[in-house]
Amino acid sequence: MDQIILQILNGLDKGSAYALIALGLTLIFGTLGVVNFAHGALFMLGAFCAVTFQRLLTLSYTFLDESQKDFLGNPLKVNVPYVNDWFGPEAGASIIDWSVPLAILFAIPVMIVIGIVMERGLIRHFYKRPHADQILVTFGLAIVLQEIIKYYFGANQIPTPAPQAMFGSFDFGALVGRDPGAIIYPYWRIVYFLFAALLIALVFAFLQFTTFGMVVRAGMADRETVGLLGINIDKRFTIMFGVAAAVAGLAGVMYTPIVSPNYHMGMDFLVISFVVVVVGGMGSLPGAILAGFMLGILESFASMREVIEFLPGINQVVIYLAAIVILLTRPRGLMGRRGVMEE
Amino acid sequence: MAHLKSTRRGVLAGGAAVGAGLALPTIVQAQSYLNEPTGPSVILGFNVPQTGPYADEGADELRAYELAVSHLNGDGDGGMTGTFTVGGSKNALTGSGILGKKVEYVTGDTQTKPDAARASARSMIEKDGAIMITGGSSSGVAVAVQALCQEAGIIFMAGLTHSNDTTGKDKKANGFRHFFNSYMSGAALAPILADNYGTDRKAYHLTADYNWGYTTEEAVRTSTEAKGWETVAAVKTPLAQTDFSSYIAPVLNSGADVLVLNHYGGNMVNSLTSAVQFGLRDAQANGKNFEIIVPLYSRLMAKGAGANVKGIFGSTNWHWSLQDEGSKAFVKSFGTRYGFPPSQAAHTCYVQTMLYAQAAEMAGTFNPCGIVEALEGMEFDGLGNGPTLYRAEDHQCFKDVLVVKGKENPTSEFDLLEIVEVTPAAQVTYDASIFGGELGSCNPGA
Repeated sequence: MDQIILQILNGLDKGSAYALIALGLTLIFGTLGVVNFAHGALFMLGAFCAVTFQRLLTLSYTFLDESQKDFLGNPLKVNVPYVNDWFGPEAGASIIDWSVPLAILFAIPVMIVIGIVMERGLIRHFYKRPHADQILVTFGLAIVLQEIIKYYFGANQIPTPAPQAMFGSFDFGALVGRDPGAIIYPYWRIVYFLFAALLIALVFAFLQFTTFGMVVRAGMADRETVGLLGINIDKRFTIMFGVAAAVAGLAGVMYTPIVSPNYHMGMDFLVISFVVVVVGGMGSLPGAILAGFMLGILESFASMREVIEFLPGINQVVIYLAAIVILLTRPRGLMGRRGVMEE
Repeated sequence: MAHLKSTRRGVLAGGAAVGAGLALPTIVQAQSYLNEPTGPSVILGFNVPQTGPYADEGADELRAYELAVSHLNGDGDGGMTGTFTVGGSKNALTGSGILGKKVEYVTGDTQTKPDAARASARSMIEKDGAIMITGGSSSGVAVAVQALCQEAGIIFMAGLTHSNDTTGKDKKANGFRHFFNSYMSGAALAPILADNYGTDRKAYHLTADYNWGYTTEEAVRTSTEAKGWETVAAVKTPLAQTDFSSYIAPVLNSGADVLVLNHYGGNMVNSLTSAVQFGLRDAQANGKNFEIIVPLYSRLMAKGAGANVKGIFGSTNWHWSLQDEGSKAFVKSFGTRYGFPPSQAAHTCYVQTMLYAQAAEMAGTFNPCGIVEALEGMEFDGLGNGPTLYRAEDHQCFKDVLVVKGKENPTSEFDLLEIVEVTPAAQVTYDASIFGGELGSCNPGA
């Protein structure tokens, strides 16, 4: 039982990342009709917003410490972050310690701008082209983006730890009446799940309860009619592309303490996220969320030792097997709508 | 006075004899060995990962090769050419290239993919005329390129490759490895682990699902079980895995009190990060502190894992903090040129280049069979690992192995590991036949 609870928890945080990326993918597909293979790269760019912000906060001046030697026997160069001078050593250290959550504020405008530039600069030229062209150009864009990141940040992973206050794990078992120590779960993964839930709620609230969101939903349902009403739906869809980029970016920012980022991390999520979108139902936002969490939990269970011993290799194919089963029984996915991608 | 009487038959026979005599050196030369250098320079092929997940390690290898080339050509401070001894005598490297020929080089990108690595090695051999191929950061690549070099008739001086197979079941006469292997890691680590954590331990292995992972798991299992440890479980993890939470989460309730991460590179960074996040470092199991072990460390990996490596044991081929004269000379030379200390990958690549050059000088030829003969059984010192033997039976170097631990209070981004023990070569030496394979005979390629 403890193992089952543990794997459900694992699946929830993994599913959170899948759901957030799939949500952005579905927003872009639902509004602009574009199959965006660069969406994983947006997740990766978000993670590197956290890295960049951390580096900005740790911008330092250097002084030579004669009392210490470097590896060549020369006086050691000691770096002192400017924030330590501006706010005092303790406050400066705290600001740097909280760099990942603070990077959210940095990432939102950066990712929206990246999204809008991407859409206006490249993707809009492919709206009327076949999906295969869209896939090729966005996949090419993803490779270009990741090579740029590798050029500037290197190929190695860059540690971006969670704040000390959220480091380590807590005894979830004791909280739910199980044996103490039976279910240990990291604080940050709970934070990630709650953050994802909040972000998903905000996106839905934005679409549901604002005039802007209402127009966007109307445009998703019938773009032509909304246009005939004199509403510049293209402009709103461009902004939605920016919003989707920000959602993927924020998912990346908060994911950095879970897996240290490198240039390739977007590709690791891309294929699975597309499976999530298809399983959820093309164009269905609730479907993307549901499928994200469902496949995340399924993947966690398939990674259990007992399951692998019984079915070797199942951990590597379970998501795709589930997709096959669901698409055979429900060809439009879990919550897919009639007519989407069926022409 | 005798008259020389020339006949038609005599002229033809004489002409044929003179022609054959003149052509003989050319015929012999053309048939002696592949890519024999005929001009004033010799070309070495550096096949390293320039793209892909190990690109940073490849960049460090390339820096070391460039440094080695400049030292061989007499530029710079000479690095380890000043400390390198063979059979107790000074080396034959004079700073005038190799066998009087200036050393030039070409580079290839392995991409850490065996197919790509073979293609780039083949290109360097066939198009650029490389006389020797060296480098790489993966056992899969090393085994593939080594086989290619054997077929082509070129010497392969392996870079970073840790699988037993490279000089075990897949060994080749034209291939040589300076880097240590999984067996040696296990043999060096087990006594230290028993001393620090006791002999009554239960281990849980997470193993990368490919050749290197298997040989490392086997080596660590065998050596720790010989010390009294029990292996509770061994779970294979996909090579492409990034989030290891679903593999780490069950460990605490498995009855194990030690987690062995048979992972390298990004796998190791991610699995160790997950293990620390799940509180394994602070946990108790079976009335003992829970411990984590990383059999193969590299500084670049430790950098990626950050503070998570603190206090965790592992092994390494070489570390820049060693205080022998060879290591100090290399660190000074590399650090002055590039501004930071070299990695173990850089070290092994530099050393392999020096060893090749020395072998050529000893053999008096670049002929692969001459090089093989010179390297087999070579005993040398002053290259950073203490007295070392290039064993003739499997072309594996036998030298001291370092057991290291993640440093608690690093002073810089390079100061991440501390040396716990230098395990003597005798303790990690094994019978050459235990891993099978056949060396075969050297192939000069012509």
